[in-house]
Amino acid sequence: MSELIFRSEGLTKVYRTGDVSVYALRGVDMRLHAGELTVLLGPSGSGKSTLLNILGGLDRASEGRAWFRDHELTAMTDRELTAYRRDHVGFVFQFYNLVASLTARENVELVTEIARAPMPAAEALAMVGLDHRLDHFPAQLSGGEQQRVAIARAIAKRPEVLLCDEPTGALDSKTGIQVLEALERINRDLGTTTVVITHNAGIQAMAHRVVFFADGRINEVRENATRARPAEITW
Amino acid sequence: MHVLDRKLLRDLRRMWAQVLAIALVLACGVMILVLAIGVQRSLEDTLEAYYERNRFAEVFSGAKRAPDMLLSEIRALPGVRVAETRIVGQVVLDLPGLEEPAAGRVVSLPDVDVPALNLPLVLTGRPPAPDAVDEVMVTRAFAEANGFVPGDRFSANLNGRKRTLTITGTALSPEYIYVLGPGAMLPDNRRFGILWMPRRALAAAFDLQGAFNDVSLALTRDGRAEEVIPALDQLLAPYGGAGAYGRAEQASHVFIEGELTQLRALARILPPIFFLISAFLVNMVLARIVTLERGVIGLMKALGYSDAAVAGHFLKLATLVSLIGIAIGWSVGSWLAQGMAKLYTEFFEFPYLVFQPRAGSYAISAAAGVATAGLGAIQGVMRAVRMPPAVAMVPPAPPSFKRGAVDRMATWARFSQPSMMVLRGIGRWPGRAAFSILAIAASVAILMSASFFPDSLDEIIDTSFFRQNRQDAMLILTGDRADSVVEDARHLPGVLAAEPMQYLPAVLRHGHLSRRIAVEARDPDATLSRVTDAAGRPVTPAGDGIVLSDRLAERLDVVPGDRIEMQLLTGRRETLTLPVSATATVYFGLGAYMDRAAMARLLRQPPQASVVNVAMDRDKARALYAAAKDTPGLAGTVLLFQTRTAFSETIARNILNTTVVYIVIAVLITVGVTYNGARIQLSERARELASLRIIGFTRAEVSYILMGELMLLSFLAQPVGWAMGWAFAYAQVKSFSSDLYTLPFVMTSATYAKASLVVLAASAVAALIVRRRIDRLDLVAVMKTRE
Repeated sequence: MSELIFRSEGLTKVYRTGDVSVYALRGVDMRLHAGELTVLLGPSGSGKSTLLNILGGLDRASEGRAWFRDHELTAMTDRELTAYRRDHVGFVFQFYNLVASLTARENVELVTEIARAPMPAAEALAMVGLDHRLDHFPAQLSGGEQQRVAIARAIAKRPEVLLCDEPTGALDSKTGIQVLEALERINRDLGTTTVVITHNAGIQAMAHRVVFFADGRINEVRENATRARPAEITW
Repeated sequence: MHVLDRKLLRDLRRMWAQVLAIALVLACGVMILVLAIGVQRSLEDTLEAYYERNRFAEVFSGAKRAPDMLLSEIRALPGVRVAETRIVGQVVLDLPGLEEPAAGRVVSLPDVDVPALNLPLVLTGRPPAPDAVDEVMVTRAFAEANGFVPGDRFSANLNGRKRTLTITGTALSPEYIYVLGPGAMLPDNRRFGILWMPRRALAAAFDLQGAFNDVSLALTRDGRAEEVIPALDQLLAPYGGAGAYGRAEQASHVFIEGELTQLRALARILPPIFFLISAFLVNMVLARIVTLERGVIGLMKALGYSDAAVAGHFLKLATLVSLIGIAIGWSVGSWLAQGMAKLYTEFFEFPYLVFQPRAGSYAISAAAGVATAGLGAIQGVMRAVRMPPAVAMVPPAPPSFKRGAVDRMATWARFSQPSMMVLRGIGRWPGRAAFSILAIAASVAILMSASFFPDSLDEIIDTSFFRQNRQDAMLILTGDRADSVVEDARHLPGVLAAEPMQYLPAVLRHGHLSRRIAVEARDPDATLSRVTDAAGRPVTPAGDGIVLSDRLAERLDVVPGDRIEMQLLTGRRETLTLPVSATATVYFGLGAYMDRAAMARLLRQPPQASVVNVAMDRDKARALYAAAKDTPGLAGTVLLFQTRTAFSETIARNILNTTVVYIVIAVLITVGVTYNGARIQLSERARELASLRIIGFTRAEVSYILMGELMLLSFLAQPVGWAMGWAFAYAQVKSFSSDLYTLPFVMTSATYAKASLVVLAASAVAALIVRRRIDRLDLVAVMKTRE
């Protein structure tokens, strides 16, 4: 078995609004392996995004511990978390989060400017098949193209992990497949550990490992003996 | 260039109108600082250099006739470094091309060498030769106003002897930077000038051989004017000393000091208002930007940008806005400063007054501008920094509205839902609403403080020229004359009525407070020249009593019924104790008024006149002017009907300039506040408004929601603005008030109305500009985009 990249013990997250406490995570114990493509599957509000945010250093747990390799994420200061995100993590969001006033290339440069050993922005965009759209603004790109720019931006720093929150959530199946193909290719060619959140059960077929979420807990973890190609996925 | 900086520039370009609206308000503050500090320092430096180089004296005194040998005693006074005596006199001039008589102040130049003090700066030609009897050097302004060049001639009545004088040159003097003729209220270079003549010629003309009637002193480093003045007074007393005074009472210097005081006040009072409003605008806009850019902020954090980088990004935005404002403020400020310096050369006679760009004023204004933007940005920046990266990635929760007392009232009043939206919008962001009201109110106040001036000046003109100084002309005599002179004046051609008036230089004292002043003694039945009270009723001194102007009473801390001490500076220099019988409303100078008969009785001498006030038949003016030019014993004439016109014209021109500047400023503030407010509302409510359009609201109904809040705030701002404007204007009156003049506080309903109309119109226009965007609202796109 490959080495562990993420590990958590009793990870709990409680949101308090007024007198109400909402449990987003209820003691999650979990292991993710380096180089794998993992799909986190579950209905809305099951805690997938919260877990991803904690693993990505965007949010803090209320209780429990989480590690990235042998660094304890739950013990890091804000400054350390910032450095962790900058050096190790790439994010892909459901709504792309491109900066509207920057071109595709410039959106990628947002990362390459601060990363330690980035690939050229054009190369990252070529990896997602957008080498012909370098100087287009987000408004001039389709949703699928925008999401691929976001993926290019995430991988340009050569991160060890790529965390994707509903990357196809806002896309139709045709453009969604293009995005999934880009993710699959990056996972295969660069060996980047990839975590994809989705509530689209079809996507689990392309994962090495599928984690089922419900109610802030992990219900089941399944390994796929054979993986489907993105083009074979339907939804 | 960094990618983020590129984003910044594009964002700025996209929001150019909002950015410009803020930058212009900031520019006003910067501009006034550059202008006021720059001009003030230029003026101060010019003054200092000019005084130093041309040896402006520090203590001055006139006398009737003091022997030359007194000079050594004056020089020996402790604290005196240099003393110089002169002969100074008033002359009536007959100028080519001028019907009416002009007046001059003739000042002697030493027989040998150049003056040790008050050295004239010769600009063209040369000073008169020491032994010449008909050569004269004149002030530049006088020469220019009359089109004189060296070699030209005019005639002068020198102590009763008519002479033709030849101009040898033009000059300036630190003593006469601001030149006012006797009885004049504004400089009139056509009809009044300073003339320099050799001492020998003047001594002969004024019968002052071996004597002087004017002395100037420069003091040692540790010499103090307060100590030298009484000593000099004592020495000059037997020779008709007219009371010594320091620079603080020197006419020309006092006017310049007054101007400097106003510039300092300008630099202190106005800029903070603009900076505060700009800070508010930056705050409001940045708060919105941070809300809109939650996604970008979250992204930056997710990508690993540090808090400092996030803060820096938004601070840069604010700084860039301020830099635009600073650039505009600098250029407009410099341009206005040059204009102002030019304006000064119209009233003040400086050898040079170029507005030199002051590194200091630019640095101070830039620092203030950047600090303002930073201050305004801090709240938004901190919010961006504190935004947890994960929260920044999800859309903001809808702002929580609450039902309050206003709400219940509105429900009870059955307001429509759109009106409720307007009211709740105000209730939801009370701070923003309150500051918007304050900023718009400041515009109203600024307009009011500009437009109350004309009313105030109308009141001055009405009181000073139509109630108090109603004479057509003042005939100023060379000294105090017996009353028969009035009879002589009545016989001059065209004179319809003549009334005597006596000026008595005196020091008035009450406790430790004192003022040097010319007491005016008139006959109780005088109608041409009199003083009035606040209600416009004539005030006459009762018996031996004295009437004081309101300000003099205030300066001496007396009320009617108190007794004051009057030490006369002429004649036997008696000291009398008098009751204050009333106070009068006087706008020019610090006046004190007595009954001429009572004064004569107190001085145990027959009544005398130093001025004859006349009413004249203007059709016969030419004959009167001709006679006046040849009348011995006449030191000059003041034509009050001309003063009235000149005063109104000069004031009207300056008021127009000032009013335009103030209107521009007020409109900039109003537009800056309303336009930004409307843009932000539109941005906050785009989805709501689009939803309303989709469910069938008309554009007008939707616009009402957008404009309703702003117009409501603008209306609410009016009473606040009126109160602020009242206070501003009152403060201005107080800051203008000096021993030289004061402004009446006149606030008419028209002033309130005009200010409100301009501001409401400006805010309506700003809101309408934004309203056009509602017409272009892309309903489908708005519904699709995530907040």
